[in-house]
Amino acid sequence: MRTAVNTGEHFMTGDVACAEGALAAGCRFFGAYPITPATEIAEHMSARLPEVGGTFIQMEDEIAAMASIIGASCAGAKSMTSTSGPGFSLMMENIGLAIITETPCVIVNVQRAGPSTGLPTQGAQGDMMQAKWGSHGHYEIIALAPSSPQDIFYQTIMAFNLSEKYRVPVIIMTDEMIGHLSERVIIPDANEIKTVTRTLPKGRKDRFKPFEPGPDGIAPMAIAGEGYNIHVTGLTHDEKGYPDMTVEAQAGMMERLVGKIRKNRDDIIKTEGYRLEDAEIVIVSYGVSSRTGLAAVDEAREKGKKVGLLRLITVWPFPEEQIRTLAAKVKGFITVEINLGQIHHEVERCAGGKAECMLVGHPGGTIIPPERVIETLEQHF
Amino acid sequence: MVKMKQQNKQVHHPLDDLIRTDRIPHIWCPGCGIGIAFSSALLAMKSSGIDLQKTVMVSGIGCSGRGAGYVNLDSYHTTHGRAIPFATGLKLANPKLNVVVFSGDGDLFAIGGNHFIHAARRNVDITVICVNNFNYGMTGGQVAATTPAKAKTTTTPMGNPEAPFNLPLLAYASGASFVARWTVLHTRDLIDCISEALTKKGFSFIEVLGPCPTNYGRRNKENSFDTMKLYQDHTIIKNGAYPSELDIDFHKTVILGKFLDIERETCIESYDKTCRPMELVEE
Ligand SMILES: Cc1ncc(C[n+]2csc(CCOP(=O)(O)OP(=O)(O)O)c2C)c(N)n1
Ligand code: SF4
Repeated sequence: MRTAVNTGEHFMTGDVACAEGALAAGCRFFGAYPITPATEIAEHMSARLPEVGGTFIQMEDEIAAMASIIGASCAGAKSMTSTSGPGFSLMMENIGLAIITETPCVIVNVQRAGPSTGLPTQGAQGDMMQAKWGSHGHYEIIALAPSSPQDIFYQTIMAFNLSEKYRVPVIIMTDEMIGHLSERVIIPDANEIKTVTRTLPKGRKDRFKPFEPGPDGIAPMAIAGEGYNIHVTGLTHDEKGYPDMTVEAQAGMMERLVGKIRKNRDDIIKTEGYRLEDAEIVIVSYGVSSRTGLAAVDEAREKGKKVGLLRLITVWPFPEEQIRTLAAKVKGFITVEINLGQIHHEVERCAGGKAECMLVGHPGGTIIPPERVIETLEQHF
Repeated sequence: MVKMKQQNKQVHHPLDDLIRTDRIPHIWCPGCGIGIAFSSALLAMKSSGIDLQKTVMVSGIGCSGRGAGYVNLDSYHTTHGRAIPFATGLKLANPKLNVVVFSGDGDLFAIGGNHFIHAARRNVDITVICVNNFNYGMTGGQVAATTPAKAKTTTTPMGNPEAPFNLPLLAYASGASFVARWTVLHTRDLIDCISEALTKKGFSFIEVLGPCPTNYGRRNKENSFDTMKLYQDHTIIKNGAYPSELDIDFHKTVILGKFLDIERETCIESYDKTCRPMELVEE
């Protein structure tokens, strides 16, 4: 039998590294529907899960895939699905169900160019706002953006840990380039990998309230079949989980759902800076485009320009404070992303007019060459 | 007086332990068939002897879908049409659970139709109880995939131009292991049938015909009593009937009974055999 943690030095694609990260994080249920460029995640999971005691199922569509991973999580399994744009659209309603029922699970979106079927085999970063607002109603979400196969391995573990800790769905917003890129991936020993598992309830089962927050603001989660007789609903509910169709109940529930992410921003938000110390211009980027940003920083520095990179590891919640602080010090921001302006608007909003904000965007289908960033730099700064 | 009060206190409904009594009154209209289908399901859970702590009810959205909200078991009220894939995830992640889906015909066969046929094909070991009231009760009585031809609903004011599904035929053709149909008038048969289905290995499907007086009945000049009378006068019990005979036309005779009860490898059994290394398969 092979072990869940595939310790060693490998050469693997981002998609496979994502699947290995999930296994290392403790994922034991995976339900998905095939779609390029995410299919390899499902294929790898179909081979690996049964040998570590988990279950893989190819569902009939992405709506079902998303429903199945919520169900599996309610039964106690760490669960995941993977998809790309068209399937991500189909998952939206049940992502809302995971949010309102506070069910941990991980969704991987290996982005390709849209709208609609678009460029099925070519990457993009056009779903960033959909990750934030795609399901109806107001909510907060956690979304991560890996920039290499090694990175996606660790970010997938991080996604599971955040999801279990805060009882939220976590979205990994990768892209076709990272998904299909083969690079060296080092998988450490199992005992070097930190995994988090949801807090289970203690105490009297008959008095347990499934949505009553613990001291950390997060409600312990009862698993189906353990005798807690819980009721879980997508309707607005009270701490008992019972539907409550009042404005007050809605307010209380929303405050908790949104609050558990807003109040823990410092724990959740991760970014990485490169040559930021004396930077006058900051490139803001994530996913494959942060590699464009990295190359552009080095090139610009060679030309004597003080440029640095802020790579977003968590895109949502957005690192507002960090952008605000930088905006007070720097001349400008250049957001590099494979869409026509999504995270750029967030940067602009947080910069609040204190620094100039430029976009180096792309309609999708290929990576952005660093020269385009240099051009913008030279023209505007 | 005092004595009477004490006596009153001792009066319990036989299903009190299986109902979230703190959620009563329920939303169902007077004369609605869902309550009978629901209590039949609970009575069957008791009589079947299954471990209730390991029993979970999953519903979609609709009047019938409120079932999960009233049962005093682990219960999940999901999204419209998605009870079955949710239940599939629950069952596959913990095969020890008894998973019961309780929902409406619109939920399970219109928006959720694709999930139904695939779960039956896979032979996921769950029990699906569908309350068929011929329309969308919750949203005010629109046409459903089960509405009889020519019947009036709010979106077929001139009569339904379409033909309804024959649900047992669909279940049979999709690969279910157990298929039956009863009405809320035939409670004893219904309870026995659900009880049998709960302990049956594989995908079990029970269609339960029940009135929706508020919406379907009102527009088709049929109060609950009339509907129950139809259930009495225009049905025959024919166990083992061939599924293609099971179209519903109350102008003629509607067939009730258990139509299919076969042994077939379940989704999990087949997965363990086909995909898992031998040493990992639990006996
Ligand atoms: C995605 C989505 N579309 C539409 C609705 C509105 N809706 C709620 S219940 C329902 C129909 C329910 O009909 P049925 O399943 O037959 O149950 P009944 O109310 O008759 O018991 C609809 C269309 C919804 N909740 N979600
Ligand atoms: S609307 Fe119809 S289905 Fe819904 S509770 Fe009333 S009678 Fe029952």
